[in-house]
Amino acid sequence: MDYFLELFLGGLTRGSIYALIALGYTMVYGIVQLINFAHGEIYMIGAFTALIVASVLTILGLNSVAILVIATAAAIVYSSAYGYTVEKIAYKPLRNAPRLSPLISAIGMSIFLQNYVLLAQTSDFLPFPRLIPEFAFMEPVSHIFSSAELVIVATTMIVMVLLTLFIKFTNIGKAMRATAQDKTMALLIGIDVDRVISVTFIIGSSLAALGGVLIANHIGQINFYIGFIAGIKAFTAAVLGGIGSIPGAVLGALILGWTESFATGYVSSDYEDVFAFALLVLILIFRPAGLLGKAETKKV
Amino acid sequence: MKKLLLFAVLAAMFVFAGCSQKPKEEAKPAEAPAAEAAAPAATGDVIKIGVAGAHSGDLASYGLPSVKAAEFVVKDINDKGGLLGKKVELVVVDDVCKPEVAVSSANKLVSEHVVAVLGHICSGATKAAMGTYLAAKIPVMSPSATSPELTKSGEYPNFFRTIAPDDSQARLEIDYITNVLKLKKIAIIHDKGDYGKGLAEFAKGFAEADKKLDIVLYEGITPGAVDYSAIVQKIKQSGAEVVLYGGYHPEAAKIVSLLAKKKLNVKFVSDDGVKDDTFIKVAGQYAEGVYATGPKDVSKNPLAIEATKKHKDAYGEDPGAFYLNAYTAMLAITNAIEKAGSTDYDKLTNALRTEDVETPIGKIKFDDKGDAIGAEFSVYQVQNGAYVEVQ
Repeated sequence: MDYFLELFLGGLTRGSIYALIALGYTMVYGIVQLINFAHGEIYMIGAFTALIVASVLTILGLNSVAILVIATAAAIVYSSAYGYTVEKIAYKPLRNAPRLSPLISAIGMSIFLQNYVLLAQTSDFLPFPRLIPEFAFMEPVSHIFSSAELVIVATTMIVMVLLTLFIKFTNIGKAMRATAQDKTMALLIGIDVDRVISVTFIIGSSLAALGGVLIANHIGQINFYIGFIAGIKAFTAAVLGGIGSIPGAVLGALILGWTESFATGYVSSDYEDVFAFALLVLILIFRPAGLLGKAETKKV
Repeated sequence: MKKLLLFAVLAAMFVFAGCSQKPKEEAKPAEAPAAEAAAPAATGDVIKIGVAGAHSGDLASYGLPSVKAAEFVVKDINDKGGLLGKKVELVVVDDVCKPEVAVSSANKLVSEHVVAVLGHICSGATKAAMGTYLAAKIPVMSPSATSPELTKSGEYPNFFRTIAPDDSQARLEIDYITNVLKLKKIAIIHDKGDYGKGLAEFAKGFAEADKKLDIVLYEGITPGAVDYSAIVQKIKQSGAEVVLYGGYHPEAAKIVSLLAKKKLNVKFVSDDGVKDDTFIKVAGQYAEGVYATGPKDVSKNPLAIEATKKHKDAYGEDPGAFYLNAYTAMLAITNAIEKAGSTDYDKLTNALRTEDVETPIGKIKFDDKGDAIGAEFSVYQVQNGAYVEVQ
């Protein structure tokens, strides 16, 4: 039973990690129907920014909570700026182009950003400082569930709820939904579509940055390539849950996390990815729009 | 206004890039003092030694250092009057590390009547060329071909090497766990890659043959994954006392950290891919006590220092891969010719097997199979943030 619980918690952490990245993917897709392949790179840039800021602040001798808050804030601001810029440069000019063009542009942006960080920083793995302190109340269970893991799981849940509320009830949230439904119509009733899309990218990138800081803290090392692998898994999770759906992204990510964790625990880690993707195929056969996705009815 | 903002953001991006730009390592183009060392003696008898390996193509960086090493050794010998009263001449051929090219390279060397060959560089190319050399009775010494088959199969009595074979790390790790750490339950984990999995398979084979260790877990992990807690829990569940990991340092660092965080009291033994300072940097305090095997430390060997200095003086940079192994091989070949007093195949191979020679990697000679005795791996342990040789 203990073993099951440990695997369950491990899967929960892993799923929450995927979810933090998947939320940004799914949100951007929901609004502009674009798979933002550069999302993983925004996540990686967030982690790098936090590392640089945290290193500087450590030299200045700030306490650990201040470092965590400032580094996370810096990562969010910086990544948002990247997300905003990437949209303006690579996606906006292609908004009315065939769907394949922005997709290729997104892949290009992903490769560009990877190589940019590779050249500007280093190809080596860099140690990422442990920014999240060990909470005293977690001490008795820390060998099965650490403080950092608790923070990741809690953040994912909070972000999911806030995001859902934001899209349901705020004005900009309503404008987002309107834009998602019909861009031209939204424009006609006076919604600034450009602004809505920019805000979407900024929010998506902020989430990626937040994920970058928490995940890098958990793993303890970063390099220019981390965004790619994490991005692929998060994308899978978003598709599994129904791309465009926010609770769906979290659900898909958790299912993916648990599948991998239990497959490793009870079968063999050799087949971890095999199980994960076999599950994806199975779910897509029976629910082509994903678990919580709405099947689109084609307007004829 | 918007354009201005966009511009500001773009500018910020490049400032970031500018600030963090690391000073690039000086990569001077090597102004090679050409192969003058290999210049043929105008007339009379010369002793020809072949140098084969990848000198162009994407693996050239593995092969070119051995040419330079051979040139330095030959230049020294010729400056002192040559070998057996004759000048030594190098015949350099490029096999691009491709087995099919290696065979024609070998044929070329045979037709040039070389007495011995330094090379080839890649195991596959070496294997392909060996038949040709064996038929022509030419001893071959590789500085870098690590495939165990080359020596262990006994098919190539004319093959020698100055690098330890792939399985010797696994052998050393298993012996260390059995005899020094005196542990019994072992979990063997690998990263599914050629290197890591190959090593893990050798280790598994040795452990099974010895019957002293109990393999409680044998599994591959996915490199680059965000979380390894499931495999760590599985290690815990298996009751392993020691983890043997075949792979590279990024995953090793993640696993070692998790083992410590999950409060598992197991020893961690790994390979050359983990014996890297980045591992200590990344795993930090969790790296303490980790064992890793790696080539014996030669940084204090006077011959190694001298050989490296020669390269630095001539090319202005540190030598590349397998340079010292090639330097060693060239010394071993020329020494054997001198000791044998002849270039006859039987006398030469006998001298290689019986005569000790001082080289940059220590005092070596060769065993019956052709592996260098003395070119072994050592066990290192992380102590106070640095790898220390423990055996």
